[in-house]
Amino acid sequence: MTLDLVIFLISSVVAVFGATMMITQRNPIASVLFMILSLLAQAVLYIQLGALFMGAVLVIVYAGAILVLFLFVIMLLNLRGRESLGQPSPPISLTVKYALAVLFVLELIMVVKSSFSSDVFADAGNPGVMVMQTDNFGAVNDVAVLLFQRYLYPFELTSILLLVAIVGAVILAQRSRDDDGPVDAASSGESEGKAAE
Amino acid sequence: MIWPIASAELLPLFSYLYELLESTGLPQPWLAVVVYTFLAALVFGVLSLLALFLVWWERKIAAHIQQRFGPMRHGWHGWYQTIMDAVKLLQKEDIRVATRDKTVFFWAPVVCFVAAFLAYVTIPFGEGLIVADLNIGILYIMAVTTFTVISLLMAGWGSNNKYALLGGMRSAAQVVSYEVPMVASILVVVLFVGSLSMVDIVQAQAGGIWNWYIFRLPYGPIAFCTYIIAATAEANRTPFDIPEAEQELVAGFNVEYSGMKFAMFFLAEFVNAFTVSAIAVILFFGGWHGALLPSWMWFLGKTFGIVLLLMLFRWTYPRLRVDQLMEFSWKFLVPVTFANIIIAAWFKYAGWYW
Repeated sequence: MTLDLVIFLISSVVAVFGATMMITQRNPIASVLFMILSLLAQAVLYIQLGALFMGAVLVIVYAGAILVLFLFVIMLLNLRGRESLGQPSPPISLTVKYALAVLFVLELIMVVKSSFSSDVFADAGNPGVMVMQTDNFGAVNDVAVLLFQRYLYPFELTSILLLVAIVGAVILAQRSRDDDGPVDAASSGESEGKAAE
Repeated sequence: MIWPIASAELLPLFSYLYELLESTGLPQPWLAVVVYTFLAALVFGVLSLLALFLVWWERKIAAHIQQRFGPMRHGWHGWYQTIMDAVKLLQKEDIRVATRDKTVFFWAPVVCFVAAFLAYVTIPFGEGLIVADLNIGILYIMAVTTFTVISLLMAGWGSNNKYALLGGMRSAAQVVSYEVPMVASILVVVLFVGSLSMVDIVQAQAGGIWNWYIFRLPYGPIAFCTYIIAATAEANRTPFDIPEAEQELVAGFNVEYSGMKFAMFFLAEFVNAFTVSAIAVILFFGGWHGALLPSWMWFLGKTFGIVLLLMLFRWTYPRLRVDQLMEFSWKFLVPVTFANIIIAAWFKYAGWYW
């Protein structure tokens, strides 16, 4: 049993444990913290593959930025696991759920199986297929070439999509503020007025 | 499977230990485990001593700025005052609030403490004195320091106290806002070095004081100023210490912590201050480069200089209000750092740098 295998086993068990605990916890704070744990273990797996950059980016973007905002919002909403389970789902939606779950598992099996067949690796010229590079996989330079040269157009489109989401969120927040009347201090109102101009 | 840590540079002392262990016939992977455990213990010990020293130094500087003497009773000018404080904190009763969130309350100081020490994997204390020269060095430090904010949020939430929660909230809002100008100022240096590795960044500044990035006019000094402002905020130090503003929040996120758990937050705060100063030295002041003296002395001396700057900030500036803090980051620092990146990229493209 090599050291690599020991580290791989520990981190993969922690990753699966964190993901399972995340969906089974009633307390939303605990869910977010378990998700951070799972992401950390996944970052270790990336680093073991030699993709140091991917591991670091996973930690910075998810654990550092997105999940901190999640925690922030959940704490502000003050959900303390007190809310009831709600009405049981009607049987039709339950069947739809199970059908979708089975479909998803089948899809997962097919993707995993196809990624191990040699045909995919042979078709390196096809832009729709993920190409596995063994020697420099996940290095900063490689990721940059893929993002800013080969897939520049879809990458920029994604950023515009995110911008649309941000603008939408700002508009939604502003409308709800008008309904409630003036809420905040003068300073924030003034700054928003400037931004609107 | 590739294991990148195996290619790390070892300290000269530990290459000796490595050979010694190898002669006993220990198998290769466990050899690495033993050597890295020793390395971790060494780094941990040195940093704990440094943190104890920094606490004493901060108290003395604060006292002299306020025309007091500060600690004077234990030894010459109270030099072992903080050791006595640590012993006292170890013996204190561990008071736990009955309404706390048990697991989160317990793990918050642990996460804070570990996150503070993780950064030292890639910080070179001198020529060859680095645990592992990762090719993503500076990015790795950015990644592991984000856990500090998660630990502060955990502490605020787990305490089940409205002041603690508010402190955790403020800390999250502050760190998320100031991370943007901090990373953007670091990017200016990374742009010129063309590498994220800490050793490469230091070696790019070899050959005299004028090769340090602080003297690369005009973007070098600007990047340093924006970095040190953002780093002060990241380390939660005054004038950006609103997460633990005494007048408003009692003691902020650590109000319910006592004894050793409080000491862990406290030590982590000083280790973080040392980390951001060390990064400033590596990025802008040539790291270990210097004449005559050994490289680790230069590195420590320069880093203590930056720590002194942070301490002078702390005891001479008043604390910012929450809204001022946010406006300063988003309306001043972020535009300035982005403009600075564009200027630096232009210089690099035109080949005007020297």
